[in-house]
Amino acid sequence: MPDGLYRGGLGAIAALFCVLITALVVTVAFQAASALNHFGLGFLVGTTWDPVHAHYGALPFIIGTLETTGIAMVLAVPIGLGTSMFLVHGIHGRIRAVLSTAVELLAAVPSVVYGLWALLVLAPWVRTIIEPALASITGGTGLFGGPQLGIGLLLAGLVLVVMVLPTMVAISRDVIAAVPDEQVEGAFALGATRWQVLWRVVLPSARTGLLGAVTLSMGRALGETIAVTMVIGNSTAIAHSLFSPSATLSSQIANQFTEATEPFHLSSLMALALILLVIAVIVNIAARLLVGSFGRDRSAASVAVL
Amino acid sequence: MREAAAEVRQGRGRHAWRLLTVAVSALVVALTALSAPVAAASGPGKTTDPYIAADLKAPGSALTGAGSTFDQPLFTKAFFEYNQQNSGVTVNYASIGSGGGIAQFQANTVNFGASDVPMTPADIAKATGGQVLQVPVALGGEAISYNLPGVKTGLKMTPSVLAGIFLGTIKTWNDPALKKLNPGVKLPSNAITTAHRADGSGTTYIFTDYLSTVSPAWASGPGTGKSVNWPNGVGGQGNEGVAGIVKNTPYSVGYVELAYALQNSFTYAAIQNSAGQFLLPSLKTVAADAAQRPNITAVSFSIVNQAGASSYPISGYSWALVYQLQKNTTEGTAVVKVLDWLTHAPGQAVAKTLAYVPLPANIQALARSTLLQVVASDGKTVLLTTK
Repeated sequence: MPDGLYRGGLGAIAALFCVLITALVVTVAFQAASALNHFGLGFLVGTTWDPVHAHYGALPFIIGTLETTGIAMVLAVPIGLGTSMFLVHGIHGRIRAVLSTAVELLAAVPSVVYGLWALLVLAPWVRTIIEPALASITGGTGLFGGPQLGIGLLLAGLVLVVMVLPTMVAISRDVIAAVPDEQVEGAFALGATRWQVLWRVVLPSARTGLLGAVTLSMGRALGETIAVTMVIGNSTAIAHSLFSPSATLSSQIANQFTEATEPFHLSSLMALALILLVIAVIVNIAARLLVGSFGRDRSAASVAVL
Repeated sequence: MREAAAEVRQGRGRHAWRLLTVAVSALVVALTALSAPVAAASGPGKTTDPYIAADLKAPGSALTGAGSTFDQPLFTKAFFEYNQQNSGVTVNYASIGSGGGIAQFQANTVNFGASDVPMTPADIAKATGGQVLQVPVALGGEAISYNLPGVKTGLKMTPSVLAGIFLGTIKTWNDPALKKLNPGVKLPSNAITTAHRADGSGTTYIFTDYLSTVSPAWASGPGTGKSVNWPNGVGGQGNEGVAGIVKNTPYSVGYVELAYALQNSFTYAAIQNSAGQFLLPSLKTVAADAAQRPNITAVSFSIVNQAGASSYPISGYSWALVYQLQKNTTEGTAVVKVLDWLTHAPGQAVAKTLAYVPLPANIQALARSTLLQVVASDGKTVLLTTK
């Protein structure tokens, strides 16, 4: 194949991707325009979602999305990092292979199966064991107050942890393994404990890669739809407690788009989609900027991920 | 047979005779069975309705429908029964909620839609397949189901108590208003969790129509609609979703079509009707409510909170949506015949087994007269008394 044709062909495919992304953003923005024009920027801070009176606002869903993602990351980062550290430096041989595969298999489970499992199995546990325990430890008010239903923010966060963990662990494991052995062995030789090795040698070297892992997981958690829709309780009020039912941008779209026939209803759902797109883009850009500021890192770890 | 006859001729015995006798008797029985009138196979009791036999001869097609979850138990069983008698026609019904059904119908992606609330003029204007016909196909009641350990079916609620629960003004089960109505019942002090539909739902429409009728606070607040701004509570997808929430969450209450309440063995409330009587939803009470408003149309269709001592107030019709002009003659004929079969004796017999109220005679007539308006591209009516 002539060189020019080869380069031209590949160039066209790459350009196609750019066109697709642009078309996606433009279409969503176009469809969202009528609602945003009608409600103005008040849409972003509006708290009512009332199809009967054509009054729509996005704030409860933005908060719901950030809250579920927040809960998921708060739990997934330590668990994921700890697991990957353990997989790389804590165990060896066949057990390591088996455990690694087991964690990666979690990623193979379809999202809707997670939702079903959470609804039927996890929800009763949360309702009868976890929520009462949390309420009794913390006094049962504020963030841990309200009726204990099982379904709600906490359960959605827990499901997201399970779904995000494989991504976290798989990438972190590669990143941590890429930290040069000499540095790790040298630290051990100097008498450092395992914790000191992790905290002072591995993590600083693998910082950029780990940030990449966290960002990818956060991106997954932000956009997760079906599993969250099944367990979050679908309430359009702003959640004041971890035990409250809530709704996220994606769950609200999923619930209502099939029949959004009232005026401004579909357009408002497209506006929610636009907001979700914007949040995802912001998260990605922020991660890249952060990586950039550490970017003088020469360690193999940073190269491995990005 | 030939061997048996040969053996008989050769005198080889009684065994051969027995074989011959059995074979001949079997033949006689088969011939008798085959000559039985076909009408006897079309459902309980002989029917003299001339359309029914033709309904069973619909041309082979794979039909699709979408919409109300209120109708889903009925459609599942009825279309299966129809298919048993006319295996060429299968109906695939997607239970996605009335709002979804209307949207799919407007986009003309399904042969028929189903919704518990007829399409508004605005909805009809958006339909892409031409003129819309709306056919009443089912009549059912909504049970206010609750999950209260130790409390049996029949908890009494007045309209204002029910509205208060869903508005959030009545927050706990042992609220004085509930206790006053139910003196002998031990009501817990737990908070009430209400369950509602997260998707666009005709079941919600009927329920909010009722609440708006009986509660000015509700009418000026969330109002009536397939999707409203619920003041509190948890949302589920479809009647199945709300049923699931009620089943799995103690101290919850939700509105579901009666068939779901019965299938899940829920406990449900006795609601006070406009005559002051506390009634449970049943075939009798829902039928009594419908009988108070015999002449509904697709424009004036609400039957909630009717007068009469035995009327159950939260009842409603469910409607099938078809286009008047069916461009695909085979499918158009099939869908019209299946709907006619559904709305008359055979289909309504199935409805009765699932706790839907059989359609009153004049509503069946309305269904048929509406279906008779469906034409194919050649302008000819597709619902006929002959094949």
